Amino acid sequence: MTPDEHYKVQLEDIFEGPMELLVHLIKKHEVDIYDIPVALITKQYLEYLEWMKAMNIDMAGDFLVMASTLAQIKSRMLIPAHENENDDEDPRLELVRPLEEYLRMKSAAERLSERDLLGEDTFVRNPGQEDYLLNPEDAFINVGLFELIDAFQKILENITPGSRIEINADTITVRDRIIQIVDIFETRGSVTFNELFSKNADKSEVIVTFLAILEMVRLSLVQVVQHTRSGIIRLFYL
Amino acid sequence: MEEIKYIIESLLLVAEEPLNIDRINNILTGVEKKEIQNAFAELSKEYEARKGGFFLREVAGGYQIRTRPEYREWIKRFIQPKALRLSKAALETLAIIAYKQPIIRSDIEHIRGVNCGGILRMLLERKLIRVLGRKEIPGRPLIYSTTKQFLEVFDLKNLKDLPTPEEIAAMGEASSEHME
Repeated sequence: MTPDEHYKVQLEDIFEGPMELLVHLIKKHEVDIYDIPVALITKQYLEYLEWMKAMNIDMAGDFLVMASTLAQIKSRMLIPAHENENDDEDPRLELVRPLEEYLRMKSAAERLSERDLLGEDTFVRNPGQEDYLLNPEDAFINVGLFELIDAFQKILENITPGSRIEINADTITVRDRIIQIVDIFETRGSVTFNELFSKNADKSEVIVTFLAILEMVRLSLVQVVQHTRSGIIRLFYL
Repeated sequence: MEEIKYIIESLLLVAEEPLNIDRINNILTGVEKKEIQNAFAELSKEYEARKGGFFLREVAGGYQIRTRPEYREWIKRFIQPKALRLSKAALETLAIIAYKQPIIRSDIEHIRGVNCGGILRMLLERKLIRVLGRKEIPGRPLIYSTTKQFLEVFDLKNLKDLPTPEEIAAMGEASSEHME
């Protein structure tokens, strides 16, 4: 193999990770994944790593983990199998199982890309549907934690006093509330802060909703902005 | 009878997202779901007979009028859509999430053998996946699943509409035989 061949191959394939390199070697040598010539593949694999090093490619540690797995399988295959009759499973299975899984997912990905993709092969009548973007004429500012707490206090003040000290065992969890809010966002894209609190909500529901919003901000699931003139706080799904 | 079909057709034209039978059932009170189902089937048959610029697709739990893939190039000249263009790595990650959901990041990375942080962020931004919560194990990792948008973009009725692993394997064999 000439250095040029190495070079070409690497530019196309190398950044996909160790599994991709392994698949590449197996395909190149047309070997059966159920009967992998471990010595050959390990040698080639290490050669590629050398090339990557020589080319100053920032090699992820994942590549080295795979290299050591290969080396380990290779050495285990050298040990006579009859030492322990019950445990003579082909050491290569350790490689085959994840490889099978990886190849299965790879072809699943290919099947997905062959479908009639929306926005690529097929279109709907209103293609501008994702225009939930901020109207540039309206000035918004990003809301900090303190503004959120202020708004939360206002909501708490509005709770009808009767429903205040109710302790309810089967209240909704923060996690469930996040899922509910994500569902709202999936149909609407944005929602005002006040809309998330129903008029007759009890205190625990209000608190759970508030915690859910804080968690979603922390996870960068939403962006919270406030209209400079109206003061309305709005949440956008990112 | 005839009218119900065309009421639904008018709704389909205005709907901003796939229209499901329950939604129509709320509007056309007193009409049985079976009838609505039949109306969709008949509309679809009409569009197929006509072989026009659009057809009826069953996606993401509802029905939607979409343009036929044959005319994609003309539409692209017309509106220059923001291309979906997912990289191979992104598609693989998405496929893993679609098939294994709910799934945490380390399990995805275990299958792909490579770090997926950047790809996950991009898929989240494009609303193809979402965070369902956190798994109650050390580190409380995020749990990912696909979205309704994923079904819409990939022309899938629901998650069961994904080809089964056996079907994928069969198709893979068929295509490699084809190559020989």
